[in-house]
Amino acid sequence: MAETLSSGTKVWQYRSRNKQLLSWFIWLIGTALFMYCWQRVSESTTWFFVWDAPRIAADIGSRMIPPRWSYINELWVPLWDTLNIATIGTMMAIVMAVPVAFLAARNTTPSTKFVRPIALLIIVSSRSINSLIWSLLLVSIIGPGVVAGIVAISLRSIGFVAKLLYEAIEEIDKTQVEAVTASGANSLQILIYGIVPQILPAFAGISVFRWDINIRESTVLGLVGAGGIGLQLNASLNVLAWPQVTLILILILMAVIFSEWISAKVRHAII
Amino acid sequence: MLEIKQLVKKYHTGDLAINGVDLKVEKGQVMALIGPSGAGKSTLIRCVNRLENPTSGEIWLNGENIVKMRSGKLRRARRNMGMIFQEYALVERLTVMENVLSGRLGYVGFWRSFLRKFPQSDINAAFGLLEKVGLDTMVNKRADELSGGQRQRVGIARALIQKPDILLVDEPTASLDPKTSRQIMRLITELCEENQLTAIINIHDVALAQMYAERIVGLREGSIVYDGPPDDLKPDVLTEIYGKEDWTAVRKRKPKKKKSIEEDPTTKEHMEEMQ
Amino acid sequence: MTNIPANPSDPGVSGQQTSTFPANWSPPPFIKNPLLRWGLLLGLILYLFLSIGSLDVNWHRIYVGLDRGAKFVYGFMNPNFAGRWTDISEGMIESLVMTVTSTAIGIAISIPIGFGAARNLAPLPVYLFCRGIIALSRSFQEIIVAILFVAIFGFGPLAGVLTLSFATIGFLSKLLAEDIESIDKSQAEAVQATGSAWWQWLNYGIQPQVMPRLIGLSLYRLDINFRESAVVGLVGAGGIGATLNTAFDRYEYDTAAAILILIIGIVMLSEYISGYIRAGVQ
Repeated sequence: MAETLSSGTKVWQYRSRNKQLLSWFIWLIGTALFMYCWQRVSESTTWFFVWDAPRIAADIGSRMIPPRWSYINELWVPLWDTLNIATIGTMMAIVMAVPVAFLAARNTTPSTKFVRPIALLIIVSSRSINSLIWSLLLVSIIGPGVVAGIVAISLRSIGFVAKLLYEAIEEIDKTQVEAVTASGANSLQILIYGIVPQILPAFAGISVFRWDINIRESTVLGLVGAGGIGLQLNASLNVLAWPQVTLILILILMAVIFSEWISAKVRHAII
Repeated sequence: MLEIKQLVKKYHTGDLAINGVDLKVEKGQVMALIGPSGAGKSTLIRCVNRLENPTSGEIWLNGENIVKMRSGKLRRARRNMGMIFQEYALVERLTVMENVLSGRLGYVGFWRSFLRKFPQSDINAAFGLLEKVGLDTMVNKRADELSGGQRQRVGIARALIQKPDILLVDEPTASLDPKTSRQIMRLITELCEENQLTAIINIHDVALAQMYAERIVGLREGSIVYDGPPDDLKPDVLTEIYGKEDWTAVRKRKPKKKKSIEEDPTTKEHMEEMQ
Repeated sequence: MTNIPANPSDPGVSGQQTSTFPANWSPPPFIKNPLLRWGLLLGLILYLFLSIGSLDVNWHRIYVGLDRGAKFVYGFMNPNFAGRWTDISEGMIESLVMTVTSTAIGIAISIPIGFGAARNLAPLPVYLFCRGIIALSRSFQEIIVAILFVAIFGFGPLAGVLTLSFATIGFLSKLLAEDIESIDKSQAEAVQATGSAWWQWLNYGIQPQVMPRLIGLSLYRLDINFRESAVVGLVGAGGIGATLNTAFDRYEYDTAAAILILIIGIVMLSEYISGYIRAGVQ
């Protein structure tokens, strides 16, 4: 981007003319896209409600406080259910995700042409669908209850865990694996001595991380009938029992803080 | 032109980095600052442009006390001081040209600098300096694509484009190989001579300091223990600065038993190999 | 041969007695404190026992449900796009529109909050305030926020857009702040040493270092927001969620499968494109 003009002065531009034009063009398209999208959102909005929003918010806020503390006796079992959905669901997901991860990693997959794409497809499908939608599907098939929630959480988590895990497997230090291979080990031994020790910290971190996220997700699965404290939330919202809703939200907050604390502790201990 | 009076720098931890330093540097003088690690050399230089804040004392540059300055005045004072850093400190993801032009940030408004529309005079200066340091073919290369010596030269150009009154150079050769170190030191001293620049060069290689500086100041544990010409840097002075060491030792060789060429088969093979 | 005694208690060549080695060796346990180790193990077993025991599994219902499951899999093999195409296309477009809007708004708000939440840039009150906003945004699941916003702002995609923008803050600002806090100080210092003003220092010293990660994170958030936009419709906040819900309610598994396939396809496409862009930005 340094040109010499006819007068002999050297000129410098930050971007060449073409790049500058391209940059402006992209911004133009982006802005136009945004305006179009905003237009559509706006058309589908009842603006009257929006202007009324502060008043409604204040109204709801006043109804939410104080929380109905006595309701807490009905929440212990659902809270326990929520914990189980998250924990058992995560455990099942881990068990299924580990083989998928090894099949998806370029350096451990048996075939890059056939097996790897299938593993990647499994991963994308699993993580594209939110756990709530999985719950919808499962409640529709096997009926409402905690089991639907557990299966939904595990199906969603397979994709997450397997993706991060296979990325960790692909980033291992090859020389360590070479050293083990050079001593005459067979494939399984190479796996156990050369690869697994390198990914164990990442594996533990990913598992705890996903468990933490799953606690959050498990709290709302009950909205579609898949067990846990979400059932109570749904029930309370249906009858507009705002003080109960507040209590449930407080409990959810406590659960989230608890799981984050554990997650941080474990990941700290691993490093 | 630069006068440092009773400078003291004490850290929160209680470490006394600079212990009452008095120093005067004349215009156009190239001064080398030597001393062991932790003597306070870096701290002293960084206090001059207030990258570190002195605990007490005064620093007078061109009749103004830098220690007491606040934001606006400080920025104007800083643009008069060009700093060259030990680990080059270039903005890695920007190009060579942008890094050199960033030296003019103190002179150019925000919008111009944001849009990279610097005045033509600055651009001319940038091209001139890049040619001078030998990097005119690398104007649009990203800084992280350059070698150590090349990066240091960009750093020099960046400092000089400020048209400063004084150069503060912090260990310019620490990460460079011997040949590049000499090239860089030569470049710095030549540029100083051309532009009548004052320079304080913080350097740990005593030999380089002696070769290129006209005045040497030795620092030890925050105080000046030597101030004089490079030739007077005798071993006892060095001991005072650095501590006890055999400054004149030469590598001792094991005495060899003389063998004739015919008796020693290894040398014959070796000679044949070398043909 | 070197002088390694064959038996540890044999005298070595020098005639001295060498020390005795233990007869067997096993790798040291991962958790050194035996109390903690056994305690955790027992706790885990106890928990598993209690939790699985408390599960109320209606095996009969599951058995009956497998029939429906087969219907779903069949529906997946023959997804029905045509039957409810208007509903599907409207819902998908609405989801995409919501994604774009909420990500754009989210990024715009997250950048200043992210800068404010970086300890090396912001003064203490600003830092605490911004970290507070981030914590608030991260605490609650999107669907809960969506329910609240629908109650306050009414049904429709606006509630969804607001929900996702708010959720974006918690994600983007937090990671941006962490990135800013781990920049290379010397690069920023050098820019400061030239006498630049604060905005110039941000533009030359900080921005080039955090830009690649910011772009990568924004693209990732775009992906997440799309997936979330498919869900908030369940509570009336716009997007394909409502259509999906209806399909499940009516047991129209072929339509539901069609929608799911579309979602998966769009996510795959966006992964591919964002990988491309991220490589270009490096």
